[in-house]
Amino acid sequence: MTTGETTTPATLHGCLLGDSRGQAVLFVPKSSYMSTMKKLVDDGYEMCADLTAVDFLTHASRTLPDGVLPERFEIVVNLLSLSRRERLRVRVQVSESDPSIESLFDLYPGTEAMEREVFDMFGISFAGHPDLTRILMPEDWQGHPLRKDYAQGRIPVQFKGAAS
Amino acid sequence: MTPREGEATISAAAGTNEGNQELRSRSELTAKEVMREVGAVLRMSEADAALLAEVEADPGEDQTMIINMGPQHPSTHGVLRLMLELQGETVLRCKPIIGYLHTGMEKTGESLTFMQGGTNVTRMDYLSPLNSELVFSMATEKLLGIDGDIPERAVWIRMLMSELNRMSSHLLFMATNGMDIGAVSMMLYGWREREVVLRFFQKVTGLRMNHNFIRPGGVAADLPAGWRDDVMSILDMLPDRLGEYDVLMTNQPIWRERLQGVGVITQAEAIALGATGPILRSTGLAWDLRRDMPYMHYDELEFDVIVGSYGDAFDRYAIRLNEIRESMRIVRQILDRVPSGDYRIQDKKVTPPPRARIDESMEALIHHFKIFTEGFKVPEGEVYVAIESPRGEVGCYIASDGSPTPYRMHVRAPSFVNVQALPHMMRGGLVADAVAVISSVDPVLGEVDR
Repeated sequence: MTTGETTTPATLHGCLLGDSRGQAVLFVPKSSYMSTMKKLVDDGYEMCADLTAVDFLTHASRTLPDGVLPERFEIVVNLLSLSRRERLRVRVQVSESDPSIESLFDLYPGTEAMEREVFDMFGISFAGHPDLTRILMPEDWQGHPLRKDYAQGRIPVQFKGAAS
Repeated sequence: MTPREGEATISAAAGTNEGNQELRSRSELTAKEVMREVGAVLRMSEADAALLAEVEADPGEDQTMIINMGPQHPSTHGVLRLMLELQGETVLRCKPIIGYLHTGMEKTGESLTFMQGGTNVTRMDYLSPLNSELVFSMATEKLLGIDGDIPERAVWIRMLMSELNRMSSHLLFMATNGMDIGAVSMMLYGWREREVVLRFFQKVTGLRMNHNFIRPGGVAADLPAGWRDDVMSILDMLPDRLGEYDVLMTNQPIWRERLQGVGVITQAEAIALGATGPILRSTGLAWDLRRDMPYMHYDELEFDVIVGSYGDAFDRYAIRLNEIRESMRIVRQILDRVPSGDYRIQDKKVTPPPRARIDESMEALIHHFKIFTEGFKVPEGEVYVAIESPRGEVGCYIASDGSPTPYRMHVRAPSFVNVQALPHMMRGGLVADAVAVISSVDPVLGEVDR
């Protein structure tokens, strides 16, 4: 993630504003996640286009701007301003020991399903989410498939009521 | 970690193997929970849900019934399952339950090289595979830093294929929408017209669907001889056929009665829910990424963004019908502008050597072998690229760690988000209209579940 070569890093609402291949990226600390998102709604980012996560278990040495402490998980929120035709990506570091973060449901009701998907695939829980259940995997599935320590092809397929 | 333990607890708790993904009956919930759940399935905040409660008396448990629609239902376009709470014929709550087609494509994408990734993403939205390939290729190119160096001919070929794909996808919508509403003959006509477009795809890419034609660096092959005549024959054939659709459906009173005022969604709701594509445009908001955040050469072309005004199922039908006409207009302009030149970038890093070189040069053979076995390394970084697919904004988020495979590959599937607007459109409607509403969203379950 290449940040600008300027001496004073750009900020927005007190958060580091970086640049990734020409796209604006905002690094928001988990503690001020909700308050910053509220400000971004007021800034005119009407739509939350996408919400997903990345598990950086095997790539902990990734490049981050100074002042951002890398954690295992990262929540990536893609906001879209229809009026200004701009995009902004918000990245939040979420630790392995406390994989939880507040839900954006009250700000962007459309994130409901996306947060369920992240919960299902990464095991990150969203505080204040109205219906935090698995969405793609069966409800009694064990493990979170998109985590990097969930190996591909080595986990036996689990079926409800199967003979063995 | 045995699956049996989890299974046992679930079964013991509920007395059944059905779990908490499903819509629960009112008797299992307290009044507050019902409110919360209404808010949740309708994707509203708690405050909005409470407002809703004041308007309408909470029906007693004995007056409502929860029924399943799907996953095996002909009008659910695959394996979408809806749980509906009905009071008489009125839908009170509705919850889409998805995942029946989940095959872990995002996980698979992490073990495929950027070269192979196209074969994976093309199977997500299987009705507009070229758009999925396009967004994946564009994201990869942006990471490589070659997004500005793609040869002009390749870019125009991509636009041509993307627009033809929009036409074929909307033509299939005409077919399935007609079938769902009861205009069964329309199903045959829609499939027939789509098949003509697919035949052209087969000639160009070798396959009717799942083409893997648009690849990082350009396209897989140049257009075959005579492609211009083939495209022209499609453009000559379609206007009359679309006119027939107007006679058969648009101007037909039964068709209008069946769709107008059904599945209404307001502009504010559509934005809040993240709905894009024809659903958002049906509410009157002219939002089309091709025009509003142009990519490739769409800013050089003339076309209109079709909008509706009522946000109902009829608007969504009419928008798609007219978008076929707009795509034809775009294709005509593209025909005049496709330049000669390379169809893929001449960058040794991402482009395999031409077949003829392999016979004469050992180095070329090794190079070819390396690209197809190991792939090419993509610099560390992360990008999100979005384009307008027939169903809305399809986005691709790739995080790379500098290896030849994506560290994380996520596709923002428009159908996945749009399906979540279903409870909102269905609330208060008739169960008989449920089919019309699902159909008007035009979900592709391969993309919903990935």
